[in-house]
Amino acid sequence: MNWTKRSLLGLAGAFALSWGMSTPAVAQQQPPIRIGILVALEGAFAAGGRDAVRNVELALRQVNHTVAGRRIETIVAPTDTRPDTAVRQARKLIEQDRVDFIIGPLSGSEGIAIRDYAKTIPDRTIINGISGALEMTWVDPAPNVFRFNLDGAQWGSGLGTYVVRTKGWRRIATVSADYSFGYTNFLGFAVDFCRAGGTIVQRFWVPLGAADFGGVIAQLPDNVDAIYLGMGGTDAINFLNQWQQAGAGTRLIGGTIMADQTVLSARGRAKDALIGTPTSGPLAEDNTDPAWQDYVRLYREAFPANERFNSPSLFGVGYYIATSAAIAGLNAVNGDLSDGQRRFNAALSSLKLATPLGEVSLNENRQATGTVFVNEVAEGPGGTLVNRMVARVDGVNQTLGMTAEQFRAMGLPSRTNPDCRALGGG
Amino acid sequence: MTEFTRRHPLWSLIIVVLAALLLWLILAPWTTGVEAVLGRKRVFLNAVFGGLTLGALYFLVASGFTLIFGLMRNVNLAHGSLYLLGGYIGYVVSNVTGELWITLPVVFIVVALLGLLLQHQVFRRMEGQELRQTMVTIGLSVVLADLMLWVWGGQSYTLQTPQWLTGPATLPIVVGADRSGNPVYMRFPQVRIAILVMAIIIGVAMWLVLNRTRLGMLIRAGVDDREMLTASGVRIHYVFLAVFGFGAGLAGIAGVIGGTFQSLAPGEDTRFLLASLVVVIVGGMGSIPGAALGALIIGLVEQIGLVYAPTYSVVFTFLIMALVLAFRPQGLMGSRR
Repeated sequence: MNWTKRSLLGLAGAFALSWGMSTPAVAQQQPPIRIGILVALEGAFAAGGRDAVRNVELALRQVNHTVAGRRIETIVAPTDTRPDTAVRQARKLIEQDRVDFIIGPLSGSEGIAIRDYAKTIPDRTIINGISGALEMTWVDPAPNVFRFNLDGAQWGSGLGTYVVRTKGWRRIATVSADYSFGYTNFLGFAVDFCRAGGTIVQRFWVPLGAADFGGVIAQLPDNVDAIYLGMGGTDAINFLNQWQQAGAGTRLIGGTIMADQTVLSARGRAKDALIGTPTSGPLAEDNTDPAWQDYVRLYREAFPANERFNSPSLFGVGYYIATSAAIAGLNAVNGDLSDGQRRFNAALSSLKLATPLGEVSLNENRQATGTVFVNEVAEGPGGTLVNRMVARVDGVNQTLGMTAEQFRAMGLPSRTNPDCRALGGG
Repeated sequence: MTEFTRRHPLWSLIIVVLAALLLWLILAPWTTGVEAVLGRKRVFLNAVFGGLTLGALYFLVASGFTLIFGLMRNVNLAHGSLYLLGGYIGYVVSNVTGELWITLPVVFIVVALLGLLLQHQVFRRMEGQELRQTMVTIGLSVVLADLMLWVWGGQSYTLQTPQWLTGPATLPIVVGADRSGNPVYMRFPQVRIAILVMAIIIGVAMWLVLNRTRLGMLIRAGVDDREMLTASGVRIHYVFLAVFGFGAGLAGIAGVIGGTFQSLAPGEDTRFLLASLVVVIVGGMGSIPGAALGALIIGLVEQIGLVYAPTYSVVFTFLIMALVLAFRPQGLMGSRR
């Protein structure tokens, strides 16, 4: 019942958007280019999804919705972060709305499902929104799927070296969410941490949405320098709250979604346990790079303050970069999408894209190599918490600096991967 | 109790042995053999105590649910929304007053009033029509969820606990010895101890009201045979109103208590609705001792499962529900009617 209501709403929303944008295109000589936006507008990442839609709009406004003389239309297809919904909506975009290519999806497991769907539509292109699943461009990748953002494992890279070298924390225990993104994000951190000589004493995996972590907190060992937490959303807040109630103890290290806006904007004292916690991810809010500063200014000017975040979210940035890549690719082929989009695909593959996060290029799997930022949670004005950038690692590639064979030999992210001892740690 | 022992001597023996074993596990120092099987004593005890507090929370939510069902045969699927609403209102009130002990009665009254309104304006009009009531309560839960999303937004809230309840307390239970041989005592969050004590007080008070007062007599009579009670001249609608208001208020209080150690966010309403459904099915529909037993079992299983088999902890809850439905469909304490 709930489900019907949601789909109806989503359908109505998509319809209104497509109708509103398609009317002026009649006057153009060449037919418009239609882009399908596959984005999660329900569920845990709904707020991030709305920011993604805003950022697609922002990127298209830079070119006045026109590339190579052809007008650009967008059609939004809402998902709910479930892979089956993502595939159904992608099919709808391709078969009913007849879009030329798709930008999306947003969530990890959606990305894996869309990779498989992409193989059934070789004449259409898919540019990933912000899905972070390693498998999307690593395991049997589809030739028409492109990812201009980093994956979940890359986001974790750089943090390990930072905590070992700068903080001097060498013995840790880890608590992470027991699902695809939890494994992937942890793998990126652990590979880096173990190579830097760190020791992982014990690993805990907690189910998504397990609200009571008292039992896990009691098991955490005392003789460690820090605890790595790879959770997000309300799981993260519940853990921090109960962690404080149990008397806290040692320092914390955070995964990529441990200290994002959903956690930092939560009401209550729980998040204060995060002060001083280093995390890593694809962006730093206080990055001084002029490209980032210009982008943030553009974002703030484009939307009124109550209709946007203070600073673009992780999800928004991902979709902005994906849309910029699409525009750059279309420009390179002069808006020509004939020949099963082969020329367009070749252009995308060889792009050297200037993004707010620095220059991004793709490898042979059509996966981005780029910069990872290490941030530390600090107290901001008025008791708020903010992320302060403390380090950056440029040129993080898909295999985290290993050769493809080494990386493949290590195995896919799982509860027991990576083996810390094999990487030089303990 | 004595009747139970007479009728089921074998079961009584098993229960006594299990209770003694649990007591021994809690109080006695563990040998290395036990530690090899169950891990460190601290971990086990934390899981047990965590399960007790979680059970206490579930009991608070489920007791109102089961009372309403027992008396009115009304499955109130908006019960979870009352929990979440109570938590949100508690957050607002405690921010104004800064005192949790003022918040609880305020929330109880506000949410109970909402319950009275629902009973008086909505459910009274569709008495005895189970399908319609179910549909209407689902509809109400969706409307309430969207209204709460509108007012409080999608971010999560946690309630501040009073200063004197923050941090852990040391319990007089030895969990091991440190390197120099001194005993190490168990540490447990004070908030959770307070929650446990409060749930026990509320449970005992409810038992007293149900078994020692005139209102309790009416309610018990109504649960057993509504028609006879009406026929004997009792204005049953007032009893309905009292029970619905009380059950709603209890859900509201549970929201405040839950908000102190779990977060309040969209989605928590259905989670607690599901939890109280499971508790009530396991314990027996309409029975307060059943709700207590069911809540205790579900809470303990969730916590112990999370420690010893994290992957399957979600399954255990429903496994127990399935077993109860298979072998004792009326619930552990439910009466067969």
